[in-house]
This record gives sequence, C-alpha cells and structure tokens, in this order.
Amino acid sequence: MSDAPLIEVKDLGVRLNTSHGPAQAVRGVSFALRRGETLGLVGESGCGKSVTALALMGLLPDSAVISGSIRLDGAELVGLPDTAYCRLRGNRISMIFQEPMTALNPMHTIGHQVAEPLLRHTGVSAAEARHEAIALLDRVGLPDAAKRVDAYPHQFSGGQRQRITIAMALACQPDVLIADEPTTALDVTIQGQILDLIASLVEERGMSMILISHDLGVIAENVERMMVMYGGTVVESGETNAVFTRMGHPYTQGLFRARPRLGARKGTRLKTIAGTVPELADLPAGCTFADRCTIAEARCRAALPAVVDVGAAHGVRCIRTDVSMDAGGVGA
Amino acid sequence: MSVFFLRRILTLVATLVAASLIIFLVLDALPGNAAQMLMGADASPDAVHALTVKLGLDQPLTVRYLLWLKGMAVGDLGNSYVYGTPVAGLIAERLVLTIPLAIMSMLITVVLALAAGIYTAANHNKLGDVGVMSLTQVGIALPNFWFAILLILLFSVKLQLLSAGGFAGWDDGIWTGIRSLLLPAISLAVVQAAILARVTRSAMLEVLREDFVRTARAKGLGKREVLWRHVLRNAMIPVMTVMGLQFANLLAGTIVIENVFYLPGLGRLIFQSIANRDLIVVRNCVMLLAAMVVIVNFVVDVLYAFIDPRIKVSNL
Repeated sequence: MSDAPLIEVKDLGVRLNTSHGPAQAVRGVSFALRRGETLGLVGESGCGKSVTALALMGLLPDSAVISGSIRLDGAELVGLPDTAYCRLRGNRISMIFQEPMTALNPMHTIGHQVAEPLLRHTGVSAAEARHEAIALLDRVGLPDAAKRVDAYPHQFSGGQRQRITIAMALACQPDVLIADEPTTALDVTIQGQILDLIASLVEERGMSMILISHDLGVIAENVERMMVMYGGTVVESGETNAVFTRMGHPYTQGLFRARPRLGARKGTRLKTIAGTVPELADLPAGCTFADRCTIAEARCRAALPAVVDVGAAHGVRCIRTDVSMDAGGVGA
Repeated sequence: MSVFFLRRILTLVATLVAASLIIFLVLDALPGNAAQMLMGADASPDAVHALTVKLGLDQPLTVRYLLWLKGMAVGDLGNSYVYGTPVAGLIAERLVLTIPLAIMSMLITVVLALAAGIYTAANHNKLGDVGVMSLTQVGIALPNFWFAILLILLFSVKLQLLSAGGFAGWDDGIWTGIRSLLLPAISLAVVQAAILARVTRSAMLEVLREDFVRTARAKGLGKREVLWRHVLRNAMIPVMTVMGLQFANLLAGTIVIENVFYLPGLGRLIFQSIANRDLIVVRNCVMLLAAMVVIVNFVVDVLYAFIDPRIKVSNL
C-alpha cells in the first residue's frame, strides 16, 4: 500500500444556481484519502456533504461552478470532459445512493442493470456480464440470485434493492466507493445488515470509502476518519476516535448532544441546536455557525475562521477552541 | 394473461353494446321519416308507406335494433337508402383509403414527434430546444387545411411532383397509391406531430429528473446513452396515450383534409350521408368509428403492459 493519496481534494468550492440565486454550497473542502481508507462525512441536510460527493463523481448540474482541485491517483478531475469522466464513473469511482426505491430503473431487469457497468467498462460479453451479475448479486446477499436475475426492481423490498445497487456499484471493482446515506431510507433492522455488508466488501476488496451520513452512530462505527460539515465548510475533521473523544467545534458538540439516548429519564427532551441552518444563497461572511453558536463573539463573524490543529491530524475550524474544548467536555 | 384478456374483452364488448344503443336511439329520435325524405315532399302517402315497409321502418324499435345487431354480427349492414347498394361495400370502399391514410399520417407524426421530442429534451433550455419548441407552437396554431393548400402550391403547382388531389387507388401499385396520399398525410401529421413532440419532450424531461437517471450516469453512461437506454422507455406511457387518441382522430376527423384533396374517405361518406339523410349509412359509420376508438385504446392498454413491467397485465 503506497503512501500517495488515492484521492486528494484541495480547496474544493461548488457554486450552484438555485431558485434563490447562486449559492456557495461548498467552500474550502480539503482532504486526502489513501487506498483502503474510510472517511465519514457528517452533517445535517443542506450542509454540502452530498454536493461534495456529487462533485467527486462529476455529476453536478452543468450550471454548477467548481473551483479547487480533485485528484484521483494524481490526475485532475475538475474540468475533465464528460466522456473522460464517464470512463471513471462506475469503473474507478462508484456511488451508492440514498433512495433504493427510486435509484433503479423500473423498466429494466436487475440483472441488466448490474451488468450494465461491466458491459460499459470491461470488454466482457453479454453472457459473461450476466454470469458476473449473478455472482455479484449472490455476494451482496440477494437470495436466489440466479433465479431472480431477470426480475424487475418492483419485485424486491427496499433492503434488497439497496443490495442490488451495491452490487451495481461494485461491479467493476472500483477504487473508491461513495455511499451517500445508504441506509437512511431503510428499516432500522435492515440498516445494520447493509452497513455490515458494505464494511465487509470494502475490506475484502481493499476499496477506499467515503460514507456520508447524518447519523453520528453510523459514522462512529464505520469509518476511520471523519469530517463534520456545516454550511458548506468542514468545521471539524480528524480520526473518528479522536473527534469523538475530544470534540472541538461547538457544532459537533451540539450534534452530539442532540442525538437521542437510550436510558434517558422519561420526559427528558431531546437537546436541539437553536436556530436554523443558514440559507446557502445567503451565507454569512464569517463562521457559518456563528448565528447558532453559544460562544460566538464579534470576531467570529468577521471572516471564515482558519482551521486550528487541536491534536494529531485533528483540525477544528473555530477561533474559540480554547473555550469550546474546555467547556465542551462532551465525548463518547 | 387469459383472465386479463377475458376481462378486458368483456369491457370492450360492453362498451360497444352501450355505444350501439346510444347511436341507434339518437339517430332514431331524429325528426323526419327516411322514406318521406327519399321520395320527396310530393310523394303519395301510399308510396311512402310502401317504402317504409320495404325498408323495415314500420317494425318496433327493439326489433329493428336487434336486427341491426344481428346484421353486424354476420356482416350484413343492410342497403343504403340512397344508393340501394350494401352499406358494408360502401364503407369498405372508403376504408381502403382512410386506413392507409391514417397509418401513413401516424407514421409521419411519430417519426417527427419523437425526433423533435428527444432532441429538445436532450438540449433542454438550449437554443435548439427553444427553436424547435417555437416551431411546434407554430405547428399547433397552423390550420391544417391552409397548410395543405400551401403544400399543393409547392409540390403540385410549382414543382409538379405530386398530384393536387384525388386518390389513385391501389390497382396501379402500392407506390402510386402512397404518392397520392402523401400530401394529405403530411398535412394531417404536422399538427399532430407538433402536439406529440411537446408531450414527448415534457415526458422525457420529467423522467430525466428521476433518481435512476443519476444512477445510470454514476455507472458511467454518457448523457445520450442515458437518454436512449433509460429515459425513452420510461417516457413512453404518456406518449402512447396521446398517440392512441391521435390515431382514432385520424380515422374520423379528416373530413376537411379529404375535401381539400378530393379524397373519397370515410369522413366524406359520413358527411354526404348526413346531407342525404341516409341514416343507415350514418349509423353504421358512427358505430365503426366508435369500435375503432375502443379497439385502439385496447391496443394501447396492452402495449402499456409490454413496456412497463410494473403494469401487471391482470391489473388493467
């Protein structure tokens, strides 16, 4: 395993055209991912985590303006023509989406859909692709794969469909797997199974994985490193253990306090973070979290705070870490 | 499958029986006596009565209705009051023109509409999209008889490539027949194609927003491939619904174009029969049109099930 990063993102910025005007959905996102590493992206809806994923996949709308750099094995992906990107998608970078109920084409058999990336990227014949599709469906735990390969998506449950999309994403043995909330739409009982399946496949095939979730528990259990996103910026990043032991950013701390807990006394209200997520079209100049932060002061609003190192490879985008990390005391 | 067909065919027959009843009663309720009409106002009451008996018009309503149903079942539709020849023959003569014309026109419609619809959806909000959509707007606004006259001026008068009217029949070869139907088929197709193109475009744009389109892109398919392999088939349901309606319209609603081109089609037969009070011809023609509409819709329903695996044949 070499030390050179497989994926290197530097100062990624994405400007989207929304109905409210242009919105800076992502700014200043930087990270590197080596082969076989797993990275978690956590944050609430609209924080820019999915946009970051789509930027990596090159699947943002044509009107989106991307700045910064995304390198895969040293090759620049930002500005790559679509035809060249098509050779990477589904081949070297794959993605699993949130909604298994709508992510599959209702008109095509699942075998056809799983075989499609194989036919597209490898030189196999239709018969070989079908054979491989059955093997993949079998591997992801679809019962009776050989018999059901010619069935249509509507004949499967949500969990089974998510297994099918996983088989599809893994068809060409990609280097990087991006899983965007892969279990959010599933029953709780199925969620664990699907995450275990993804984890074992990632390990078995030596893939790198970017797991996107709003669920801190999912992140804690499944990835080595994590980034917390808020308002389009990474507010905290580091080894998962380090972040959970010493949360540096007031937002991370708020997110952690807001999770429901078993064994809490009856009638205890869930903690929330006061205020609402800022409109991306109308982001403040300074810290994006300042308006909801209990320890914000005037200089927080002046400019976007720089990342402060608070531990080994543990960075926090906050100028008040002295206060937040003392008072914080929240940790697993 | 068999249960589906049985059920669907039963509804089809029930619809046709209901249609026949309405057609029969409405035409029967019309004032005036066919025998009187045929013989003129000066005819003697005895002669009118004799003709009434001869035409079977003196029999009770239910008997006449049942006789008509029986006649349709065995293919004997009776004789025209005006021409005295079998109605079945009169209609068959016209269908030889009307059905090929409808099919030709529908083919042109589908080719133009799908090409324009797919092109505009692929180039959504770009110059080509706006241009083609403006053209369809013009196409919808165009009165087809006026466009037909322009076509005659260009292809018949100026270029002298095609005849300005009349129907050559099929005896001199298929090509001769097709040539004489080409201009009317185009005139009919232009408006329909404009409508169908817009339906195709919006159906495709709707499907393009679906999640599975993004999945297909994530697999490495190019935009065009996604359009052909994943979007088109999903967009076909609304397109086919409109196509069915348009085909039914082409069978019956072509009288204006038939007049422009002097074509002896079904529309003209109905028009003349109404003018002549040849009610037996009118009744059978209207029944035929109703039957064709019902059958076209039936075919469209069956095609839905072929295109979309989620439409279980038994649920139709």
